[in-house]
Amino acid sequence: MPTFFERRQLVTPGDLIAEGAYIAGENTYVEDNKIYASRIGIVDYENKKVTVVALRAFYIPRVEDIVIGTVTEVGFNGWTVDINAPYQALLRASDVLSRPFKPQKDDLSQVLNVGDLIVAKIIAYDRAHDPQLTVGEPGLGKITRGQIVKITPTKIPRVIGRKGSMISTIKQETGCQIILGLNGTILITGKTSEEEELAMMAILKIDKESHTSGLTDRIAQMLKEEKKKMEENKNESKT
Amino acid sequence: MSQKPEKLIDKKGIRLDGRKPDELRSIKIEVGVLSNADGSAYIEQGKNKILAAVYGPRELHPKHLALSDRMVLRCRYHMAPFSVQERKSPAPSRREIELSKVIRESLEPAIFLEYYPRTGIDVFVEVLQADGSTRCASITAASLALADAGIPMKDLVVACSAGKVDGTIVLDLMDTEDKMGEADLPVALMPNFNAVTLLQMDGKLTLEEFENALNLAIEGCKKIYAMQKEALKAKYVSVKEEADE
Repeated sequence: MPTFFERRQLVTPGDLIAEGAYIAGENTYVEDNKIYASRIGIVDYENKKVTVVALRAFYIPRVEDIVIGTVTEVGFNGWTVDINAPYQALLRASDVLSRPFKPQKDDLSQVLNVGDLIVAKIIAYDRAHDPQLTVGEPGLGKITRGQIVKITPTKIPRVIGRKGSMISTIKQETGCQIILGLNGTILITGKTSEEEELAMMAILKIDKESHTSGLTDRIAQMLKEEKKKMEENKNESKT
Repeated sequence: MSQKPEKLIDKKGIRLDGRKPDELRSIKIEVGVLSNADGSAYIEQGKNKILAAVYGPRELHPKHLALSDRMVLRCRYHMAPFSVQERKSPAPSRREIELSKVIRESLEPAIFLEYYPRTGIDVFVEVLQADGSTRCASITAASLALADAGIPMKDLVVACSAGKVDGTIVLDLMDTEDKMGEADLPVALMPNFNAVTLLQMDGKLTLEEFENALNLAIEGCKKIYAMQKEALKAKYVSVKEEADE
């Protein structure tokens, strides 16, 4: 039962990772009792499970995922939402309005219009049907302020970090509120735009360097340095 | 068109561009060169210059082409008007339509098409400069662009040609050898499975010559595969080295 790569090594599609009594995890597949990589990424072993953390991938909806999307079309009884996936998501009017929906009375574009950003949860999705969204839970709904960053969807867990260490570092250092859409879209709301820029910078750095080690420490260090610079600039402009 | 040189291979067995019969042209591959496409790759193989771009998986338009059980792969091979000596009309020619199909069929076995039904992937191959065996270089670049787009693949696809020139079996034909030679044999391969996904032949070969040429082409494919892998990893390796310092 050999494995052919060490943990955290880079693999490309078609690379033979392990043979024998292993379980094929994400971004791998089995053929003839051998496990191969199906995407470019980093190898990881957990117990007997072999996974590849993809460096290049797109978002595939899953039920219960929180996503951030853009309204692309206002229909007769709902909206179509672009959630950065191969499939268009649907948001039904009856889900947004707390009362029964009457097509002749309600003007849907008054509630949400094309171009509006929403935080939503996926409530239904399978191979045969497009994903369906809901906004009927606390924390979900239309976005009114903040900034959006887009990163590779598979790197969201890296932004969260081990037990949330990375995200809490960024939140602490910048004082921003951050909502992570699992589709790779991130909403940052801070008191000032400088703070938001800082959080954005950190997140983009994570996206670029996600496959390196010791990243949390480097991000914390970078944030501290940048904050110092910002304060110096402020003091200079005052004097 | 230039006149036929008297000999394509000299007495010492050296070809017109100074290569040995079993030698590849110099190859340069770059991945992720376009920011607007989901995945892209650029290859220079000898004088060939080819750009490949991938979009998707995305909603397929027109919608009636979508299949309910798998993705649809669409390919477009196109030669720029300035890619050859005589200006080529930019409209798709019979040859380009055929090559589009051939490239699509050589890539299809490598992609897990059943993963994301009702969607489509578009592959665009643009030949900027042509110098023989462009279909092979196109396949090599297109499969890298697919991997760069994050599309789940069974293996990378790599292609290389072999043929017969002046009675000798040679690897990686260039334009003059292709036109003046006796036979041309493009081969596409999934190297980890030794699975051939494209095999064409034009010209005449004996059975023995064919086997030799096929083996030579497969050897060539494996050499290119190593470069392909390196090119795909290059971007991430450099970032990692920077971070480790």
